[in-house]
Amino acid sequence: MISLVKRPEPSRVFSLAAPLLAVLATFVFGGLLFAALGKDPFLAIRTIFWEPLFGEFAFYYRPQLLIKGAPLVLIAIGLSLGFKAGIWNIGAEGQYIMGALFGAGAGLAFYPTQSVFIFPLMVLAGAFGGWIWAMIPAVLRVKFGTNEILVSLMLVYVAEQFLASMSLGLLKNPEGFGFPGSRNLQQYASAHNAELIAGTGMHWGVVAALIAVIFAYVLLARHRLGFAIRVTGDAPRAARFSGVNPTRLVLFCLGTSGLLAGLAGMFEVAGPSGQVTIDFNVGYGFTAIIVAFLGRLHPVGILLAGGLMALTYIGGDIAQSKLGLPAAAIQVFQGMLLFFLLAFDLFTNYRPRIGRAEVA
Amino acid sequence: MDLSSINPLLFIAGFFVAATPLIFAAIGELVAERAGVLNLGVEGMMIMGAICSFATAVETGSPLLGFVAAAVGGAVLSLLFAFLTQIMLANQVASGLSLTLFGLGFSALLGQNYIGIKPPRLGDVDFGPLGDIPVIGPILLSHDIIVYLGIALVFGVWAVLKFTRAGLVLRAVGENHDAAHALGYKVVRIRTLAIMFGGACAGVGGAYISLIRVPQWTEGMTAGVGWIALALVVFASWRPLRVLLGAYLFGGLVQLQLNLQGVGVAIPVEYLAMSPYVITIVVLVVLSRDANRAPGSLGRIFHASQ
Repeated sequence: MISLVKRPEPSRVFSLAAPLLAVLATFVFGGLLFAALGKDPFLAIRTIFWEPLFGEFAFYYRPQLLIKGAPLVLIAIGLSLGFKAGIWNIGAEGQYIMGALFGAGAGLAFYPTQSVFIFPLMVLAGAFGGWIWAMIPAVLRVKFGTNEILVSLMLVYVAEQFLASMSLGLLKNPEGFGFPGSRNLQQYASAHNAELIAGTGMHWGVVAALIAVIFAYVLLARHRLGFAIRVTGDAPRAARFSGVNPTRLVLFCLGTSGLLAGLAGMFEVAGPSGQVTIDFNVGYGFTAIIVAFLGRLHPVGILLAGGLMALTYIGGDIAQSKLGLPAAAIQVFQGMLLFFLLAFDLFTNYRPRIGRAEVA
Repeated sequence: MDLSSINPLLFIAGFFVAATPLIFAAIGELVAERAGVLNLGVEGMMIMGAICSFATAVETGSPLLGFVAAAVGGAVLSLLFAFLTQIMLANQVASGLSLTLFGLGFSALLGQNYIGIKPPRLGDVDFGPLGDIPVIGPILLSHDIIVYLGIALVFGVWAVLKFTRAGLVLRAVGENHDAAHALGYKVVRIRTLAIMFGGACAGVGGAYISLIRVPQWTEGMTAGVGWIALALVVFASWRPLRVLLGAYLFGGLVQLQLNLQGVGVAIPVEYLAMSPYVITIVVLVVLSRDANRAPGSLGRIFHASQ
């Protein structure tokens, strides 16, 4: 009989090993899944993980890593601050959409003037949009004790409908021949989130993601607020006794994650995506949750995990076109990654032992 | 805007169809939450149930077998959740989310071959002459058996939780798992069974959507109904009979919104489509004061070493 004994301190080895083991286990079980679907598992794994980095068209796919990874990392950093403190912002997708709408709206309001001030204004507007959307669950939690998981989730669906209404109504392109969707921001020079270094995929969103990683690292490691976040997550009662104000923490964590998600949405719509359409959101808000956990809620870990997730997205696209693998298969992969990570995380805090545990 | 085109009897009868998936999913989740487990994977289990039932119904030609398969499918997926949270002691919120993502993806994978196919229909229950009673007939007595099963299930769960020993033990495990463990109850086993029940019910709820309400298979067809079921459990203050009330309220909202869209009301379609979610938030806020009714051990990880 195998019993679990709590470790006196979390194991450092397993802290680092758990994500790697999770990736390996996902390879194995994912491969079995592909085999069951009638595809060659080794070819599938190779297509998804090796092709984008070193394959024939890698010069095209590698910049995509930055493009797809930046919003994931940006959103996940914000989410991780909350998750560490036990504040569950599940509505990042909605905040992403609202940030994109506010940002695109601010930019299009100035069309067709060209000015160097438009882009910064869009950034502020996008951040504000995401922030205010996250403030709704924050205020409701602080004032009424409402569960922020459910409120933020409901707001995702509200935001999606809002997006549809905006693409068909207020933000619709008057010169668009009646098709839904806004003007293409990539063609509006002042509003375009262009690549800073051509061919690398590095746009302002990538820069923002890197700044966010550094900011989160410094916050968590050195700042009092970061300490408050960590303590609230590990020992809520001790946190209260040590004077942490739970209200301020909830408002800060939800607000920051909303702000960063809104920024991600704005950078995405002004850059790689280009236009506000009915379904321009691709689920980054939900994938960012996986990225946050895969990175073990640590900024550097999130950076690496974001890269890995971006790889699976790109690999999934390649597999879709080359192997006929359905898009949903990658979602299964991503769900499995999180599943295995959560499972292996057990061994960070507990040691398995053969035989019955002694009664304390 | 022509309100007279809405038939009031059909409108109210439609509440039952809209509410039944919610009833099943919410009552299953209620049992799991009363046992102390917060299972956010309801959406994933519902959609797994939807595809399992659809595939089974299409292959075997029997919709009832489809519902059985849905219950099995939902229960199997929930076993993964039980494994993660009870044995691997993982965080319940993250585990539930991983299961939802996995369920959504896996069901889309399984359902690839079934897009566009029409499933076998499940007939309405024939009440004979009773069904001809003027108002009550069309509203209450013209539905399929699953609707009535849902209502019976709610009353059954209420009775078990309130009057039987098993219900008492379940509630005890949910209120204080350490005390229940000290008394000798097998917390992990009870919670796993509760989770499986929740999964099976969510599966049946999903099956109702794909076999009867729509009825066809599309990727992601549950469209957030699982999350509404979670909100419904809070709305019902973890009491089974209130789940019925909440489900019909919400079913009514969805019907109203659909009918208003059809009638040509001046409000844009998207704002009407938003309304169920907004109202859910409002209801949650109004009822959050009842959060002290939540089971004491809800969401907390149980480890029996101490």
